[in-house]
Amino acid sequence: MPRERREQSKPRERREQSKPRERREQSKQSADPPVTTDSGIPVAPVYTADDVAGGPAGLADRLGRPGQPPFTRGPYPSMYRGQLWTMRQFAGYGSAEETNARFHFLLARGQTALSVAFDLPTQLGYDSDHELARAEVGWVGVAIDTAEDMADLFAGLRLDKVSVNFTINATAPIILATYLVAAERQGVTPGQLTGTLQNDILKEFLARKAYVFPPGPSMRLAADVVEYAAQELPRFNPISITGYHAREAGCDAIQELGLTMASAVAYCEELTGRGLRFDRFAPRLSFHFATTLDLFEEIAKLRAARRLWYTIATERFGAADPASARLRFFSGNSGTTLTAQQPLNNVIRSTIQCLGAVLGGAQSIHVMGYDEAFEIPSAEAVTLSLRTQQIVALETGVTRTADPLAGSFFVEKLTDEIQARAEAVLREIEDAGGAVRALERGIPQRWITEAAYQAERDIAEGRRLKVGVNVYVTQDEGEPGAEPAMELFRLDPAVAERQITRTRRRIAARDAGDCAAAIRRLHRDADEGRNVMPALVEAARAGATVGEMCDVFRAAFGEFREPSPW
Amino acid sequence: MLLAKPGLDGHDRGIKVVAMALRDAGAEVIYLGLRVTAGQIAAAAVAEDADIIGISSLSGAHLPITEQLLAAMGGAGLGAPLVIGGTIPVEDVALLRQLGVAAVFPVGTPLPRVVEGVLRVARCGTAA
Repeated sequence: MPRERREQSKPRERREQSKPRERREQSKQSADPPVTTDSGIPVAPVYTADDVAGGPAGLADRLGRPGQPPFTRGPYPSMYRGQLWTMRQFAGYGSAEETNARFHFLLARGQTALSVAFDLPTQLGYDSDHELARAEVGWVGVAIDTAEDMADLFAGLRLDKVSVNFTINATAPIILATYLVAAERQGVTPGQLTGTLQNDILKEFLARKAYVFPPGPSMRLAADVVEYAAQELPRFNPISITGYHAREAGCDAIQELGLTMASAVAYCEELTGRGLRFDRFAPRLSFHFATTLDLFEEIAKLRAARRLWYTIATERFGAADPASARLRFFSGNSGTTLTAQQPLNNVIRSTIQCLGAVLGGAQSIHVMGYDEAFEIPSAEAVTLSLRTQQIVALETGVTRTADPLAGSFFVEKLTDEIQARAEAVLREIEDAGGAVRALERGIPQRWITEAAYQAERDIAEGRRLKVGVNVYVTQDEGEPGAEPAMELFRLDPAVAERQITRTRRRIAARDAGDCAAAIRRLHRDADEGRNVMPALVEAARAGATVGEMCDVFRAAFGEFREPSPW
Repeated sequence: MLLAKPGLDGHDRGIKVVAMALRDAGAEVIYLGLRVTAGQIAAAAVAEDADIIGISSLSGAHLPITEQLLAAMGGAGLGAPLVIGGTIPVEDVALLRQLGVAAVFPVGTPLPRVVEGVLRVARCGTAA
């Protein structure tokens, strides 16, 4: 497999290795390139007890037992024997009605929780009739303009019974407000709600790019949500701190972990800087990692993540509650490992990634659709993703015991190595002034872009093998863009018009005076530095649209434009 | 060469990789970044005297975005060809060509073929 990829990838040396071209030439010079993991950790032909630092006693200290510090072996004592992971396929398209139908479809097939994908206008705070929005309404997720839409999204679903994940960031406080109003209409109190709001704005600047406001006010809004939730939403995760998108954008497993921890530190410092006690909010922090195809490296990364967070939470933030130092995470399979060529191969790739997430101890999992290279998943593809999870859970026996790979000389060595290297990445970010400052200077963005280019060239030049792409290519597959014989998802083109009509009707029906008063209060709270959540809930309840609420923040905070990557 | 991401889509891994590969192939590449409007792209192409304009779209909104951009390019009197890459279904490739797009690089196109194709269009104005 990709064996040349850098002995040199130790984070300390990364600065000298910044030009991809130099890397390539170096690897060409060595006749017999070293065997490494995907992120460049050297791999020996065989591992023995001698490779485990500190012997059995040292290892026992680094592992603990499942559910006990330092949580290397998992956050809970009985792991999947006690409770399976949550099967949570990311879903959303069209308007609330279409997505509601997809939710019912998934739950009827045994999915155990929901995960909402929002369209780009909703992610960026434009109503569906905004001139920048019209072409994008309902394409990559569901269009939500008002709390009424949010209520429709969950029609026939009890919000005190189903856990819901929201992939929303720049407009996360606004979307949470509409959700609280939708719950209120069902008679469900905030205290009963379970689920997760992504609300990790730093990774938007890093990789996902759905930012709206500059980093400073963005951090304030994210922290407002966490602070509000610490008070009002005891069972809800108000943030999911993630390296997934940086990984998908190009970086390696070590950088993914280091960048995630750098973000976590930044949020925790923002919150403790407000005078909030760490143990007050930390137990509800959640995390999100990618699980890609280098099976053992991914498992080791997930185990290392728990141990690294334990160290940070206890040593840096003085966690007294063990739950504050117990990392829980959602794993998404990697879309970038999937190929447009021979798309059925993606079923196999996704299955291996699902297995990696389980062996790494994930609390919830999304398995990519095999058609994801072409479109958002068809009903058939998403069903197969869910079945993949169910087969791994029920037919393979991997759930019978906690952390089954503990004690493997190779996995333990890799876990130690990834932790050490991720700590070095974290130090590098902190030396650059911390996560926010490093992002403003474009440092991690450059790592990501260069790594993405290197990976693409490794495939083009045959150093990284992809079945169906650069090896075992079938001649009669046709040109790129030739679609395979499978049913692809198609969006109803009338969705945008329907959504716009519905929103206009709702605006006409609301009490204009109430709504204007609520928007004025939101302006005041945004300007005067108060937590914006109470005013947002009031505005959502009064029928304010997502665009109107976001416009208040645009006026108060301004908008961000990314500096050139070069 | 002028590259840009119009629309609201933030998936910029692909266009940045293509920009770097074109640069390594000897082209002078200007990347305008995310969420640029058709008007901004056309104005920049005039200001920079671009030989070719390349855009990327992964959100599904490539048809209206392309129509808007071609109209803006026409309005600005630009003769430079337009190429597009991204998550583009096969039936839309022909539609885009009919609209006047010089070359389409759908998902799965190997990087060297994108580079060759863009360079050929820049030289000859057509992918053929």
